[in-house]
Order: sequence, then C-alpha cells, then structure tokens
Amino acid sequence: MKPSMNRTSKIYVVLLMLFLYMPIFVLILFSFNENKSRSVWTGFSLHWYRELFSDQLIMTSLKNTLIIAVVASVIALVLGTAAALGIYSMRSRWFKSVLMNITYMPILNPEIVTGVSLLLLFVFGMDAAAKVNGLLGFHLLPELGLGLGTLIIAHVTFCTPYVILNVLPKLRQMDRFVYEAALDLGCSPALAFFKVVIPEIMPGMMTGFLMALTYSIDDFVISYFVSSATTQTLPVTIGAMVRRRISPKINALSAIIFVVVLSILILYNLYSVRKEKQLKKGGESFR
Amino acid sequence: MENVMIGLRGIAVDFDGERVLKGINLDIMDKEFITFLGPSGCGKTTTLRIIGGFVEPSEGDVFFEGTRINDLPPHKRQVNTIFQRYALFPHLNVYENIEFGLKVSKLPERERKLRVGDALELVGLKGYEYRNVNLLSGGQQQRIAIARAIVNQPKVLLLDEPLGALDLKLRKEMQRELKRIQQSLEITFLYVTHDQEEALTMSDRVVVMKDGNILQIGTPQDIYNEPANAFVADFIGESNIIDGIMLEDFLVEFANDTFPCVDKGFEENERIQVVIRPEDIRIVSPDDGKISGVVETVTFMGVHFEIVVDALGYKWTIHSTMSVPPETIIGMDFTPEDIHIMRRMEEE
Repeated sequence: MKPSMNRTSKIYVVLLMLFLYMPIFVLILFSFNENKSRSVWTGFSLHWYRELFSDQLIMTSLKNTLIIAVVASVIALVLGTAAALGIYSMRSRWFKSVLMNITYMPILNPEIVTGVSLLLLFVFGMDAAAKVNGLLGFHLLPELGLGLGTLIIAHVTFCTPYVILNVLPKLRQMDRFVYEAALDLGCSPALAFFKVVIPEIMPGMMTGFLMALTYSIDDFVISYFVSSATTQTLPVTIGAMVRRRISPKINALSAIIFVVVLSILILYNLYSVRKEKQLKKGGESFR
Repeated sequence: MENVMIGLRGIAVDFDGERVLKGINLDIMDKEFITFLGPSGCGKTTTLRIIGGFVEPSEGDVFFEGTRINDLPPHKRQVNTIFQRYALFPHLNVYENIEFGLKVSKLPERERKLRVGDALELVGLKGYEYRNVNLLSGGQQQRIAIARAIVNQPKVLLLDEPLGALDLKLRKEMQRELKRIQQSLEITFLYVTHDQEEALTMSDRVVVMKDGNILQIGTPQDIYNEPANAFVADFIGESNIIDGIMLEDFLVEFANDTFPCVDKGFEENERIQVVIRPEDIRIVSPDDGKISGVVETVTFMGVHFEIVVDALGYKWTIHSTMSVPPETIIGMDFTPEDIHIMRRMEEE
C-alpha cells in the first residue's frame, strides 16, 4: 500500500509543478527563439534580448520602476517601523485595534479603488495648489503633475502596511525588559533603541522591506492611474505594449525578471540555512 | 555599614488611580544585603523599579548618597539591575553582552577586555566568551546577567526575583553564589523575592511588605523570632496564631487559660494575637501539658512529623521528631519565651 501511495503522491507533485511552472518554462524557452512565432521553434538566438536592451521605452520604464521601488520601500520602511512602534506602545486596547484595522484597509481595499481615489486626490491637490498660487501671485506651492512624485507617494501608501504588519509581531516577541536592560547599562533611550530594539526587530523590518519592494515592482493597477504618459513603470509599459501585440521582447524581459527573482529567493534561502547551521553548531560545541 | 546608600522618604505610587505604594520610608546602608519580601502585588518590585529609575514616584523623594535623584533617568544612575527573566541581548554573544555597559561608557578596549574577563571569572564562566546566549541553560544565563551588571562596578545591585525561573537545586546553589559575590565585591545588594527562605538565608536585613506598606524591617532572626504581626509571622514560616487578651504585663490569656509570658508594654486587657512556632511546642502527657487536645493528622515531612492537634476548636500545628498515633489525647507544653505577643493588625 505504501509504495503505491508514494507513487501517487509523486505523480501528484510532478503534475502540480508542471501546472505551476509550465507557462514560465515555455516563456523562457521561446524568449530564445529565433523566430517571432509563439508556437514554432526555429532555433536558438539572443536576438530578442538584444532588441530588449535597445528599446528606449522599456529601459526608461525599468529605471523608473527601480527608482520608485527603492525610494518608496525605504520611506515605507521608516514610516512603517515608526508606526509599528507607536501602535505597540499604545495603552488603550480599543484604540489599538481601531488603528490595526485602519492598517489593514489599504491591503484589503481593491486596488482599483485605491488607484482611482489616489488619482482624484492628486488632481484635487494640484488644482488647489494652482489656485493658492494664483491667489498669492507667486509660486508658494509646487505644482507637480502626475509622474515620479505621485507614483512614489502612491507606492508608499500601499507598501507601508506590509512593513507595519511584519514589524509588529517582532515587537510583541521581544522581551520588553531588554530595552530597560539597555537603559540600565547606561544607554540613553535613543541609543537603547538603536543598539537593542532595532537588532531585535530587524528580521521583521527586512521582510517588510522586501515585501514592499516586491509589491512596488509588481504593481500595475494603482500605477496605471497615477502615472503620466511620459513617466511610466515597467508593468504599465508592458501592459500598453501587450494591448497592441505581444512582442517576444516581453518574453525576454519576463525571463530576466523571473531569473532575478528566483536567484534572490535561492540566495535568501541559502543564507537562512547557513545561519541555522551556525546556530546548531554553536549548540553542539556548547554541549 | 554606617553610610546610608539609598534613602526613600514617603514614597507613594499610583497606577491607574490605584495606590500601590503607600508612603515607604527606608534607609538602605552601604554594603548590606537587604531583601524586600512579600506576596505578589505587595509593591516590592515597584520599590526596586523606583530605585532603578523605571518608575517615577507620585509622591516622596529618592536619595542616592544624600543626593535627590527623583529626576535622574535610569541610564545616569549608578545602579544596575538583574531582571526577572535576565533580559540578555539575544543578538549578542556572551562577551558582547557583558561588554555592553562598558562599551556604552566608552571605556578603552584593553580595559574592557580585562574587566569582562574578571567578571566571567567571578561568575565561574570563563571560556564561555563566544557562546550564543540563547543556547545557555537558565543558570548560566543568570550568571551572565550578573556578570553584565557587576562589570560596571555599580554601588548598588538591584535583583528582581532573579532565581524565580530556576529549579530548586539550582536555586540553592545560586543563593550561595550570590551571597559569595556580594561579599567579595563589597557592594549593596537589593534583593526582591516572595520566597521567605531565600530572604532569611541570604539577607543582612529583611523588609517585609504587604499591600504597599512596610510591615517590618529587621534581621532575619528578628523577623523570625519577633514578628511584628500575625501576617509577618504567617508569611515567615508556619505559625500557630491565636486571638488572646493581654491581661497585664507578662500575663496573657488565650485558649481559655492564662499564661505567663515575657512581653510587656501593652494596654491592660488589650486584644492581641499570640504566635507560637510549631517547632516550639513539645508533646507531653495530657496532665503535664499547658493545653491538651486530640491528634487529628500526622504527616511525615522528612526531618520531622507535622502533627495537627484540635484543642477547643483551634487546629494547632506541631513539628516534632516523634510520632503520635491519631485520635490520642496529648498535652502541649511551651515556655513563656515561646509565646510571641503581637498587636492586632487593623482590619481591612
């Protein structure tokens, strides 16, 4: 009974893997296709990769995406960590749970609603700024159009909750006397925070930051609403290109993105495995 | 022991509108081992945290070597604390944990190394420098916490139930260890515990607390032999506590009889409580005893038997090395010195 069970489960795993990864495998394969066809393999070529890197629009969008992702994630990291600390040290349980629900809202809210509301807000803000400036007769407030600025603001709004939600559990796990011990040993409150609290919640901060980075790079819907014709992110550009016709350049681009994400994942896992091993080793030598 | 290290004057603390400390007055001497003893919620830890600077008193003043330190933040006080669950820094190894305070005060590295080495030697953990603190046993973590505090050469060490998480055998060992460390460093130890035995064996002086008040301050012998009231008597070891009337100096009435005693200074016919320790009662024949009663239960406790005797409705506890069969009628004998008279506690 057991071997057959084993075989069944093995087959199941293989089927599952095929189902999950077949599309990506086909995509990578055809990104090396000489031909433009999506069904006929005519030979290996790096032609589409060359085309990809010489496409000005895609390269600019990629640059925008990376700038926005890094800047927005860093801002989200700082804001989110500060917010988590604030929520953690709140005394009123009632107020705490209200704030937690507010934190969940941007995650639960359909992206399209967030996108539209942000666009409305930006339009309203620009209008108001123009009116104030017109009334004063000089440029007191900046009159920004849609672009990098609005994209970063939008990305910060939906990235911050991920940082909060990852930092809070780490704060709860932390022994609260550890902070007092640092004060006791001569640290000012600020120094104690940086020397003891930050290292304790660092894993949560890192996870939150990486999630923010991923969601920022990945975002299409919200970016679509708040980007301009000249400043676009990669997903928005791809979306626009695909609507006309699917170029194999996109295959090449997707293949690169997939490989980059996969290697980050592998590196991260190798790092955690090594760290775990070190911990175990320490434990053995101790015994 | 003459110099006053820490002075507490009329310290009161309110938490959420509730008064948890009700006007504490206490002088803590230089180089003494003083223990705050009491049940949980008596305010002993709060008192410790006031001295550490983690709790601000609502009323009263804290003095350190004669200087008022109410407004001094914890990191500027010359005291160090050992926390209940050690609170070691999990991201640092043993050496870095102990070095922490020295590094913050910017001591040169050579000096740091020497002092960390000395501290590790004192707590008996030399060679553990680069261990991961999370993988040490409770006793070892405890020692690291002690080393981390004393390496800064504080004048006062505050210990908040430091042995609470250890098993009985390790606790005994650490009690001796702590006493040894205190004597070799010659600094003041301020110890908080709810364990009366711990308090009696380690301390120079014991402060018994209840409901935010100090009930009694004295040497372990004083507290055990001359408890100030029934609560102290009951909390410090087992006791027989009986209501009585002080007829006149050296004469007390309880259990429907009058007895000579060694206490005086009470009002005539003052209602008092009598404490007699279980080990002070001798079992004799009914005719020779001062009080006679019926044996109810006999329990073997190792060194002695615990015998419960019913006399006129009051259950007396006796610790005796000899056993008596249940149901027998016995006499209980004690000397005037064994009778401790205490004023009634105000009813609450």
